Amino acid sequence: MDEIGLSVKNLSVYYSDRPAVKNVSLDFAAKQVTALIGPSGCGKSTFLRSLNRMNDLIPTSKVTGEIWIKEDDINSPSTDVVSLRQKIGMVWQRPNPFHKSIYENIAFGPRYHGVKNKKQLDQIVEESLTRAALWDETKDRLHHSALTLSGGQQQRLCIARSIAVQPDIILMDEPASALDPVSTAKIEELIGELKQDYCIIIVTHNMYQAARVSQKTAFFLLGELVEYDATDKMFTNPQKAETSDYISGRFG
Amino acid sequence: MVKRLEFDQALDEIAQRLTEMGDTVEKALTGSIEALKNVDVEEAKRIVAADTELNQMEETITEIGTRLIATQQPVAKDLRRILIAFKISSDLERMGDLSVDIAKVVLRLEGQALIKPLLDLPRLAALVSIMIRESLQSYVDENVDLAYKMAKDDDQVDALYSQILRDLVAIMSNDTKTIAQGMLLCFVGRYIERIADHATNIGESVVYLVTGKRPELNQ
Repeated sequence: MDEIGLSVKNLSVYYSDRPAVKNVSLDFAAKQVTALIGPSGCGKSTFLRSLNRMNDLIPTSKVTGEIWIKEDDINSPSTDVVSLRQKIGMVWQRPNPFHKSIYENIAFGPRYHGVKNKKQLDQIVEESLTRAALWDETKDRLHHSALTLSGGQQQRLCIARSIAVQPDIILMDEPASALDPVSTAKIEELIGELKQDYCIIIVTHNMYQAARVSQKTAFFLLGELVEYDATDKMFTNPQKAETSDYISGRFG
Repeated sequence: MVKRLEFDQALDEIAQRLTEMGDTVEKALTGSIEALKNVDVEEAKRIVAADTELNQMEETITEIGTRLIATQQPVAKDLRRILIAFKISSDLERMGDLSVDIAKVVLRLEGQALIKPLLDLPRLAALVSIMIRESLQSYVDENVDLAYKMAKDDDQVDALYSQILRDLVAIMSNDTKTIAQGMLLCFVGRYIERIADHATNIGESVVYLVTGKRPELNQ
């Protein structure tokens, strides 16, 4: 396998003792897009959220197993969650820019992590917006509110915001499901470009999107990982009957 | 405009592989006729062995096309582009097989002198070589006019083929000892004529790609 960006071993997540993710082991390649697909309630979003310890916020949840980035186990009690989330960015289903200017949305993270130099911040803002294919549209209005952007632009701003703190991994939870087809295509194009530098893990209920943007696909069902393989193979010759039924729309 | 970079690159790769396949087929036809003219068994064997390369090329094109249909949801012209790639690669693969059939005739003629100097069969093959090249050119340029013009050249091929058969029948009628080889040479004419039909099929695919309509050029 290519260089590993994130390695999950025997991960289980419980909500009030009810298992939502059951003993999943998965290696994610460092510079690839991996899609997690499956019907609603299959555990894919819970699994994704556990990768940067978002489930800590749910009091009834319990997580067991290991999640390794290089030499660090994310679930270890000694892990600093703030610096963890600097390494693992997150993009949500609905764009959630801060109620601040475009510039401040991007500068917030780097500043929080200690970058004070204005010139350096300017550079990070420009680079991040450029990488997110948003610079040309925003360079003349950097100090306008981020909320003046369209939905698709806001989502690219959120991607730029996650890039700004130089993560290794970007998690995306249905990043295009609230967008129109053109904005969706732009996000997909952007994901295709970002994979050269980041390990991207994307949850999507749109399996066609999974097919288009990812190199690897993992199919979840009832909290279990049913099949994990190269996307080409998953969509032309899946090995499990459940995968075949789901991707060909014969599920349920 | 939104780009679909990887998808477009894969479509370009299919086009490039098809033109490579066309070049290989043309070389196989020219080589097999050259081998026939000189009853060159070694060259004929080489052509028979090289056919696996064409089969492999067809398989690769099918694999890329299948992957794109499964993962990229091609529609409209993108979809037609992939559908015709399947068809054109299959036509080219058959053309390769027919060139191999010509080479196999050479193997059966080993040690024999030809019953006549071969002039018309090479002429026929030269006409068909041009058709192969033009069919692929019409594909690359999406040139419907060239596709139609190329299909029209098939009439010349059919006329020359009929003349070749008449000549060979006359020779065989005069001297029954020539029948065994004469029949084989008739087959060669038939193989070349079939290759031209496949080139015409490629022209039909090009018209379908550009217009979405299915013409009948093989009349």
